[in-house]
Amino acid sequence: MPPETLLSLCRLSKDFATQRAVSDVSLEIPRGAFFSLLGPSGCGKTTILRMIAGFETPTTGEVWLNGQRIDLLPPYQRNVNTVFQSYALFPHLTVQGNIEFGLRHKKVSDDINRVREVLKQVRLEAKASRKPSELSGGERQRVALARAIVLQPDVLLLDEPLSALDPQLRKQVRGELRDLQRRVGVTFLFVTHDQEEALSMSDQIAVMNAGALEQVGSPRDIYCRPRTRFVADFLGAMNWIDGIGVRPEAVNITSQGRKAIVTGVTYLGSFCHIAMKLVEGEETIAAQAPPGSTFENGQTVCVTWDPEDEIRV
Amino acid sequence: MKLRNLFLAPTALLMAVTMLAPLAIIVVYSLLTRGAYGGVELPWTIENYSRLYDPVYAIIFLRSFWIAAVATALCLVLGFPLAMFIARSGSRKNLYLSLVILPFWTSFLIRTYAWMFLLRDTGIVNSALLALRIIREPLPLLYNDGAVILGLVYGFLPFMVLPLYATIERLDPSLLEAAADLGARPWRALVGVTLPLCAPGIRAGAILVFVPCLGTYLTSDLLGGSKTVLIGNLVQNQFTASRDWPFGAALSLALMAIAMVLLFAARRKGEELL
Repeated sequence: MPPETLLSLCRLSKDFATQRAVSDVSLEIPRGAFFSLLGPSGCGKTTILRMIAGFETPTTGEVWLNGQRIDLLPPYQRNVNTVFQSYALFPHLTVQGNIEFGLRHKKVSDDINRVREVLKQVRLEAKASRKPSELSGGERQRVALARAIVLQPDVLLLDEPLSALDPQLRKQVRGELRDLQRRVGVTFLFVTHDQEEALSMSDQIAVMNAGALEQVGSPRDIYCRPRTRFVADFLGAMNWIDGIGVRPEAVNITSQGRKAIVTGVTYLGSFCHIAMKLVEGEETIAAQAPPGSTFENGQTVCVTWDPEDEIRV
Repeated sequence: MKLRNLFLAPTALLMAVTMLAPLAIIVVYSLLTRGAYGGVELPWTIENYSRLYDPVYAIIFLRSFWIAAVATALCLVLGFPLAMFIARSGSRKNLYLSLVILPFWTSFLIRTYAWMFLLRDTGIVNSALLALRIIREPLPLLYNDGAVILGLVYGFLPFMVLPLYATIERLDPSLLEAAADLGARPWRALVGVTLPLCAPGIRAGAILVFVPCLGTYLTSDLLGGSKTVLIGNLVQNQFTASRDWPFGAALSLALMAIAMVLLFAARRKGEELL
């Protein structure tokens, strides 16, 4: 039995004064999923999130949540909550005050215990009486999360919540966020432009480009079986040879195969990135070689790959 | 000499000559005896201050504070929606802001006279209402506290709107979205988020309106008539009709002292005055 749909977007479009931000997007988001909207900046993913939250009105199309049409309701009547990119914490309230803010408006049973429990879940019990300005970036992000999940929304909308963190922390928080989602069981709709983030955290990914959906599927589907050239290029690097895609990590540099000339060697720690130009044809090709490899610019090598790794779109 | 000090010197000099020196003169005058035809003479005395204990003056002080407070509150209630509107009018902001300060292009005295022409018994408002047979007798619009408050609100509204606009303009719109997102209806978002975050602007605007209202004498003189005596008029009288300069000096220093005590009391812990 397919999982139950919690949130559906039906032929959603949004026009701004000068351009179409979202174009005819239909999506079904299953209950309990970690669902990501992935795309370059300006592709319309944040606009979709804002239409679900109620900050933008769709030009055409409908949003359904739990069998109820919500796109005409004001934000304060929708049982969805948002973690903003800037976190949008109330600077005049303490951590506890921020978390309690929504409880004053939405009826949730057992308020005090819930606040305590949520504070514990995001490891902020010790900082409950601090102001947001006294917290680190990671702590602020956790307050923003706590403030939203304490209301037990049907869907939690996350707008690039990791982009304000430094890269080291970002990787750690990915795991934490994923664990938190499993623990509280709330459906997450996660907007990001970072393909690694989307691949590592999501149950399902919807890839967007220029306001339209390109492909929806599991991380493995999207990476290994991209249906459009855009998806293939956007998720990881891709070589295009005679119209066929091959990932750099699938390219082997050996003694037999197509001849290529090395044009650049970049040492990246765990591997070397080798840029090459095919001798027959105009195409460039990139490969990953072991970190100890000793290729030099201008050297002639041969490249092969397993036909199983070829991607046709 | 540092460049900064070099450029600061003229201002420092101006402040010393135009603010500190007159203040010192007032302090000295307040401790001297009144001259027969104005002016001051020896001996030194503190009698001018002990005379302030008269309940007559206490009532005038209270009335002045009351009228300044009402005018400030009205400026806030009227100015906040206006500042909000301007802050959200996109490319028309600058047009609206210049309209707010447009009245400054004409003298305040002339604008106050204009209100007299509007409000007096044979003024435009009463004439129109009489002609339309809505009233039979002219309404007493001029020469009362209401007219004074109207004149003050009209004159000082821009001083409330400008600091409020500056705060609202800097307000992060995502905070209001967050309030709505967390279930706050517009009214609750206003009370729980917008107003607390605009507190610095409200405080600055309130001080900028309240202090000049407290010392006003022109508005109360022209629009309040002889019935509305405020501290400003009292001080003015000491230096003109009554020829009691030392008492006038003591009165104005007392007003300054009380206003400063109030301002420091209104200041929140650890915050600057403005």
